[in-house]
Amino acid sequence: MSELIIKMPPLGESVTEATVSQWMVKPGDKVKKYDPILEAISDKVVTEIPSSDDGVVTELLVAENDVVPIGTDILKMNTDSSESETKEEPKKQAASSILTASNTAAARYSPAVLKIAGEKGIDLSLVSGTGKGGRITRKDVLNYQPESTVSQPAEVVSKIETTSQQPLESQPQVSQVQSSNSNDVIVKAGPVRKMIAKNMLKSVQEIPQAWTMIEVDVTGLVKLRNSLKNDFKEQNGFGLSYFPFFVKAVSAALKNNPKLNSSWQNDEIIQHKDINISIAVATEDALFVPVIKHVDRLSITGIASEVSRLANGVRNNTLKGSDSEGGTITVNNTGSFGSIESMGIINYPQAAILQVESIRKELSVLDDDSFGIRNKVNLCLTLDHRILDGLAAGKFLNEVKVNLEAIDQNTNIY
Amino acid sequence: MSEKSYLEALNIAITEEMQRDEGVMIFGEDVGGVKGGVFGVTKGLAEKFGDQRVFNSPLGESEIAGLAVGLGVMGHHAIAEFQFADYILPAVNQIMSEATKMRYKSGGDWSAPIVMRTPYGGGVRGGFYHSQSTEKIFAGQPGLRIVTPSTVYDAKGLLKSAIRSEDPVLFYEHKKLYRSIKDDIPDDDYTVPLDKANVVKNGDDVTVIAYGMMLQFALKAAEELKNEFSVEVVDLRSLYPIDKSTVLEAVRKTGKVLLITEDTKEGSVMNNVSAIIAEEALFDLDAPIKILAGPDSPSMPYAKDLEDAFLVNQEQVTQSIRELAEF
Repeated sequence: MSELIIKMPPLGESVTEATVSQWMVKPGDKVKKYDPILEAISDKVVTEIPSSDDGVVTELLVAENDVVPIGTDILKMNTDSSESETKEEPKKQAASSILTASNTAAARYSPAVLKIAGEKGIDLSLVSGTGKGGRITRKDVLNYQPESTVSQPAEVVSKIETTSQQPLESQPQVSQVQSSNSNDVIVKAGPVRKMIAKNMLKSVQEIPQAWTMIEVDVTGLVKLRNSLKNDFKEQNGFGLSYFPFFVKAVSAALKNNPKLNSSWQNDEIIQHKDINISIAVATEDALFVPVIKHVDRLSITGIASEVSRLANGVRNNTLKGSDSEGGTITVNNTGSFGSIESMGIINYPQAAILQVESIRKELSVLDDDSFGIRNKVNLCLTLDHRILDGLAAGKFLNEVKVNLEAIDQNTNIY
Repeated sequence: MSEKSYLEALNIAITEEMQRDEGVMIFGEDVGGVKGGVFGVTKGLAEKFGDQRVFNSPLGESEIAGLAVGLGVMGHHAIAEFQFADYILPAVNQIMSEATKMRYKSGGDWSAPIVMRTPYGGGVRGGFYHSQSTEKIFAGQPGLRIVTPSTVYDAKGLLKSAIRSEDPVLFYEHKKLYRSIKDDIPDDDYTVPLDKANVVKNGDDVTVIAYGMMLQFALKAAEELKNEFSVEVVDLRSLYPIDKSTVLEAVRKTGKVLLITEDTKEGSVMNNVSAIIAEEALFDLDAPIKILAGPDSPSMPYAKDLEDAFLVNQEQVTQSIRELAEF
């Protein structure tokens, strides 16, 4: 019998430990290479850990909700072919000799898949693949029904099954307990919530955070976006919100204000060359900050596409670890839930977080002393006062403001 | 309808065309007399039509082709036979420079409405003088059609069309299929178009394009896999020029393509098909194009195990279809 021990794999730079959220296999299960065996949570990212070989699970070495260092032995399996062999397996092995399947297959789309998805406006992150390595096939896209109810019940059922076998501490559990007020409901924090709590606390404990706000006239932006939004959705398959314009304006301003794009680490200020903007995406009970990489190289449409992809990734739990790594500053769309002013907490270890508040109409005094109705928005900046002073922040914010106010009907979004 | 072998169907086609058109004559090595060809395709024809219309030639392929060109220019729908496709090389100049370009170089005044038949393909332990696929030598020469029947029905209908063609047709017959496939075919006169690939079987998971013995493998594989996958099988029929529209339509149906030839791969007819697909249907592809072909080895070997190793086999075809379907 040949035994294989699977270890907790590296989940990204600077990630040293992960929480075992949920086992997806149990002893006795046959698994194939790249089948997901475990859901692990690190630094707010939920990752499915794939099996590194074919075999039969013999023992789970860590329990759900354990926090384990990267490299810890997590699962023992028997890779003897006589025991693990299923009827299809020899064929599958032969198959891989010619059409190389890899664990990245799920994310590689064939020209046919991209074409059909484009024509039908299908978001491929919502389609589940039946091809080799989870690849999305042409037929998967052709047969895809938006808001398909077919696959979801199955998932729910499997979750219930797991729960009944082994109560999960990792899932938020609501229970009535004895307390001073019998009407209180105690909700146990799940691993994601705990991770959020830990990061927030670390940020406010370590970073002296200062706060400032400016008001920007975005009348031109509102006009432009309203004139484009209907056609845009039809042409691109995803909507055009105001948010990408703000992200673009921030990215452009960062080029001249690199101090904002930095972090404090061990008495050194590290200025990042790459402009990778974290964006906050909320789900019902958690907050994620996926990253748009190299924003300075993207058009407004490119940013909108990334925002759409990342937001869908969060909602469908399909984000890759790399989608949440490498952020250098955060832009938070607080306006989307109606806020007009807010103090963000810095996304540790970045130097600043910018809150984009909601756009409102206001009666304003114009340059020629007449009155006019203008669209206004507040931008709120929280900054790491170790790295930045009021002057640097003000310069940066003013540049963001200039960038935004320059937007008019002639602004090219492509 | 009556059951015929591939070889019998060819014999019937020639017989009927010789009855229909007195200008049709046939000749080649061992074609005439009581022998009627090494495989017997022309058996009985000399008795029926006489030594003037069915006769033996010297062992000289250049002369066989040259005679056909001359008869063609005189207005005869002549049929020349090269005993094996391996022997065709001495005739290349007559075929490529004379027959193929006759209409072009005479400004349309003359043509060579001839058929040059030749048996090709392996699997009969013929060694390297009797097993090769030489179609790639000619594929790509405008003015020349290269066709091959891969079913009994086509053997009769396609040869009739070739004989009636007003321009030269190189007609490849798969020697392994001569006696190994039988089918019910109509007794009356029918033809099969020279320029149309044929969708033999409809399917929507994988498209297989093949010809000759390989088409038979593809059909068998489709049958074996029918409970798991739906396979579209296309008989290429015309090896040059290629019927682009039928090929592309079949490719677009599935996005996954398997091309099979028993010829060696580089420069093969299937490489041409692959190029057409890559050029015109990239955005309909759902998997890399897969080509099954012979190995990069000078020729089909004689020893049984080596010949088996050289030839694409049934198992490889079935396996490749499965891999593509699962991709």
